[in-house]
Parts: sequence; C-alpha cells; structure tokens
Amino acid sequence: MTAPFDVNDDSVVVIIGTGAGGGTLANELAQKGISVVALEAGGRHLPQDYLNDEWPSFSQLAWTDMRTTSGDWRVAKDFANLPAWIVKAVGGSTVHWAGASLRLQDHEFRAKTHYGEVDGANLLDWPVTLAELEPYYDKAEDKMGVTRTNGIEGLPGNNNFKVLKAGADKMGYKDCHSGRMAINSVERDGRPACRQLGFCFQGCKMGAKWSTAYTEIPKGELTGNLEVRENAHVLMVNHDDTGKVTGVVYQDADGNQIEQKARVVCVAGNSIESPRILLNSASSMFADGLANSSGQVGKNYMRHMTGSVYGVFEKPVNMYRGTTMAGIITDESRHDPSRGFVGGYEMETLSLGVPFMAAFLNPGGWGREFTAAMDMYENMAGMWLVGEDMPQESNGVTLSDAKDQFGMPVANVHFDDHPNDIAMRNHAYKQGMALYDSVGATQTYPTPPYPSTHNMGTLRMSTDASDGVVNGFGQSHDIANLFVSDGSQFTTGGAENPTLTIVSLAIRQADYIAQQMTEKSI
Amino acid sequence: MSTNNNNEFPVEFPKGKSPSSPLMAMSRRQLLKRGAAVGSSFLVGGGFVAASTASWAVEVKGLEPQTMAALVQIARDIYPHDRFGDELYAAAVKGHDEKAAEDPAFKQLLEAGVAALNSLAQVRGHPDYLQTGWESDRVDILKTMEASEFFQTIRGGLVVGLYNQPAVWTLLGYEGSSHEHGGYITRGFDDINWV
Repeated sequence: MTAPFDVNDDSVVVIIGTGAGGGTLANELAQKGISVVALEAGGRHLPQDYLNDEWPSFSQLAWTDMRTTSGDWRVAKDFANLPAWIVKAVGGSTVHWAGASLRLQDHEFRAKTHYGEVDGANLLDWPVTLAELEPYYDKAEDKMGVTRTNGIEGLPGNNNFKVLKAGADKMGYKDCHSGRMAINSVERDGRPACRQLGFCFQGCKMGAKWSTAYTEIPKGELTGNLEVRENAHVLMVNHDDTGKVTGVVYQDADGNQIEQKARVVCVAGNSIESPRILLNSASSMFADGLANSSGQVGKNYMRHMTGSVYGVFEKPVNMYRGTTMAGIITDESRHDPSRGFVGGYEMETLSLGVPFMAAFLNPGGWGREFTAAMDMYENMAGMWLVGEDMPQESNGVTLSDAKDQFGMPVANVHFDDHPNDIAMRNHAYKQGMALYDSVGATQTYPTPPYPSTHNMGTLRMSTDASDGVVNGFGQSHDIANLFVSDGSQFTTGGAENPTLTIVSLAIRQADYIAQQMTEKSI
Repeated sequence: MSTNNNNEFPVEFPKGKSPSSPLMAMSRRQLLKRGAAVGSSFLVGGGFVAASTASWAVEVKGLEPQTMAALVQIARDIYPHDRFGDELYAAAVKGHDEKAAEDPAFKQLLEAGVAALNSLAQVRGHPDYLQTGWESDRVDILKTMEASEFFQTIRGGLVVGLYNQPAVWTLLGYEGSSHEHGGYITRGFDDINWV
C-alpha cells in the first residue's frame, strides 16, 4: 500500500520528521491526494516493541546523537550532551509524550500586547489568533481523542492524582481534574481504553495514547500517497538559483547520500534539528543558512519554565501506578503580574520510575540526603510545573564545532534563564510544596528542570519578515516553497504542553499548502 | 561550549549483574582458607571479595581484590541504603572490575583513586579507608575527592548500576513493568484512602 516515489520526482512534498507536526501534516496532505515523502531519521518502533523499562526504552527511542550545550541552565552541567529528551523514531516525540492536550489561551497568542515590554525578552504577538485556530483545535481534539472534549469522558484519577486533588482542594484551587489527555478512556478509533500501565514516557504498549507512529502515519500510508523512509537522516535542503528549494539530501541506513527532489519542503525535525538543518544548508546565495534574512533562524529557543516537586508522605502513594500525567491544576496558568512575573504555569502530576528518579531527582547528588529521598520512593507523589518562558534572542541553536556521525556540525543549544523564568519557577515551587504540605507531606523536594521535552521557537512565526522566520501558516518569509511544521514555529511558548497546538497548526498548514499548490503559487 | 562526558546517560544500560559465581557455594571456612578478613565486612583473597558472612562473593578479575572491597564500601558510602545488602553494591561496581581487566588506564584510575582515599584515611589516623569506622568520617574523605575523575566515575556509574537493579526496585517499593500484568487498572492504581 505504501507509495514508493522516485528520488527524481519533483512533484512531491518532502516532510522532514514524522512527529506531531510532520506526521500529522503527512497524513493530512496524503488524505487530500497530495504525494508525500516523509524522511525520518529514526527507525519504526510500534507498541509491541515498546519496553516498560526506563533505561532500555531510552536506548530504544531517545535521540542520543551528539549535541552540545552552553549557558547557565543546569542541564548544561549535568547532561552536557543531552539538552533535550526527545525521540528519534517514526512518530517522533509523540511516541513518548505524556498526552496532555491543552489549548493555548487567547492572551498567550498576543504576549507582547498583554505582557508589554519585558527587559531582555524578545516578545512578539503571534500572527495567528486563538479564534483563527479554534476550528483546527476542534479537529485536532477529535483526531487525537482528547478526553473532556467531543463527549469523551475523563480518565480515572490514580493515586498520584488523588494526592494532587486533595491538595488542590486545601489550597483553594478551583480547576483540578484528571486532564485533557490524548489517551483513550474508552475504545476509540480502533485503539483500546487505557489500562493504567504507567510508562507513558516509554511508548504506550497498548496504543491507548495517540501517537502519529500508529495513527496518522499508517492512515496516510493507506491512501497510497505517503511514503515514509525510515533511517533517513537529513543533512541539508538544496535550492536553485531562483532561491526556491528543490530537494532534500539525506543519508540512508546503508550510508548512501541521496537527494529526494521536491516541489515543497516542510521541516519538522523538532526545534533543535529544524534550525540546524537550515543552518547546515547555507550556500553562496544564503550564506547565513536558508530562510534566514531576519537573522532569527535558531534564535528565541524556548523550553518552558519547568521544575518538579516531589512530596513524601507517611503512607504509600505508589505514584508510578497508572498514567504518568494523571491530572492537572490550571489555576496558576492565568496572566497575573501581581505574582511577580508575566504569564502563567500549569501544575500536572508526574511520576518517574526508580531508575529515572535516581538520575533526575538531584543530578550529581549523593549521600544520605539523596538516599533518604530514594528510600521513600513508595511514599512519594510528584508534580511537574510547566509554564511560559520568555523568548530571548540569545537563547538558541547554533552550529557547534563538534560533528556528528555524518560529518555535519551538531547543534549547540544555549540557554540562560530569564529573570521572569526564575521568578515563575520559584513561585511554582512554593505553591507546589505548599500543596503537598497541606495534605501532610513530611518532606518536599523542589527538583530542577530535566533535559528539555518541550522545544519551541527557533524558527518563529511573525507578521513582519524582519522579526521571524515564517508567516502565520509556517511558510518561510524568504522561500515560498519552504515550510516549518513543528514547534519551532511558536512565536511564544504559552503555559500549555505544545503538542495539541503543533497538531492544530499542521492541520491548518495542510489546508494552506493544498490551496497554494492548487493555485500554483508554490 | 561543553562537550565533557559528565553525562548521566551512558550508552549502554545493563541491568546490575548478580555477583554469583562458584565462590557463592563456598562456606566461610573455605573462603577464609583462601583469604583474610578486611575490615569487618569483607573477606578478600586471590581473585575474590566476599561478605564476611560468606552470604555473597564476587570474582575479581581486573582490580586488586582489596581495591574491589573498597569500591563496594565507597558505593555504599555514596548511596547509603541501610536496607540494601552489600551484594547490591558489589553488583553495581562489578562492571568497573570488568572494564579494568581490559583497560589498563581505567584500572590505574581506580587503583590510584582508592590508594588516595587510603592515604587520606591514614592522615586522619585510620588504618585505611575501609577501616575508617564511621560513615561520616569516610564521607569527609570522599568529599575531599568529590571533583576528581575517580569519584565522578564511581558516582556516575552507580546512578544506573545501583538503581537499575530489579532487586533494588523491590526494596524501594517500585513494581516496574506492568504490561504483562494487564497494567495497574486492577492492581491498585487508585487504592489509597488516606487523603
């Protein structure tokens, strides 16, 4: 059923990456009858392959190709070559995401208008509004089967949620529930209801969680219009002397370098690889990399203000039983500068197994303070704090001196916290610890940010071509047939987990690309 | 730009290997014939380290057996869990001995590291590191070497080597893989009633 396309077929849309953005776009275009070649750097792993075992699963799925880091974030010290924990496989990071599917709020699309000038922040309003995106959010929620939308009931709350909810009630928080999750609470779309396995971060072995790996991709392949090439590691995008992109060069599993010709190229390799590919595609015509007349390629990298709080209680919690992100409090996601920062944050349950808890609770920590925490693992509840971080021009992806296995310069990811990020994190830690204290915690642990899972903003949308890389449809300002289709497009980060917005933008972009192709504009 | 290898993510993640060997079948008396007590916890002889009770024993191929015994103690001092038997720490550092057997530079790093700890112990009036009686005194010694490659190699390896052992998971109340049991939906995912 899979459509094999010739490498010299220059009528195809080539999509780089098969995650939330690329995988969704590939299927949407294929459903419209458009020929698509999707190039995926990783292999294809499906539910039967996933492992309920943290380290072996990490080996199976994670992007561990060389990257470097700099800046004042602790990740640069503790995980110097692992700035981000993302997936290298068909499905991209939708294989290991937790499933939280939240819409950005209206004011978050207009951050500059609402927050005003923030020193050191490169704030901008999105060229898209919530109202414009709402029909696509509707489609995305239906496609993904998001609980608490489309009449789909919420997931049952596990023990970790019970602790969060009891604390939320004590704290006077009003909006706490088991989340809007792209995890089936009932059988839907040929996938079963969740049986509370845990291990959402290791790939859902039941397929209850939405992932492009086993939803969008096979649906697109069934049309006969989509070919997914696995283990096809993209090196650069080529262009002609009119400045249009013409093809994509990748290395296959056998070490052959191949150019796939293209009518349109869509970059969706995550906010670290996508700008890296454009920078590595520099030519005499585009000396600073493709689509970079603004100088903004790779800049304004955002990773969300994050942190975790683990609370220890007198009795067992067994937080690891059941969905990893089992509930949410949204009360702190409002914009309320009286708290000492702009923007807001979400509080979401999180659990790690013993192997990852040891690696992430306090990287580098040792001695009795560390083991006292580990000894109480069974009695721990956990939450993740995720909020809007400020776009800063100096935070971003540049080409490193180090080279990867293909001889290409790797991405260096530079990140310094903005004072607003720090103020928000401190507030979130205080609230999270107070919440657990309110239900009798005997210890609380404010835990530092993990390697980034939410990577955003390095090829951002802007109305004005001098402020950003792409327009409101993800089309590059400089090159009409070059698109960005992942979280790199985000003008600002909002407080919400980004996947639902990436999927919604991809559905909208598919309509736009189809229309532009029909009109022969691209 | 940092490209150092102070990275908690090794490429391979082997489960902690059980330190079982033919030595395990030997009695304390048999083991003592082959070696001698070192400190109060260990019997050390040619090519092995064992518990003073002979409850476990581990073959030593690359390192001096006394060095291996010290590494087991160092592992416990870095991540002290009083419910964990020494065999879990021995399993956690066993890979270092195997690597030392193949990599002379690595062997030298560990031998020199333990020798340095012994010297530091002696300066403080103890016979050696292993025979420094109080954990707090041993931790003080370790702290003076916290920034060293030796210490960071041992500590970094333990994060996976110790905590990736299913026996450790059980002791900490972590049940691990659930898919083969049908998930936790009928196995207590929402069973707490104290909140």
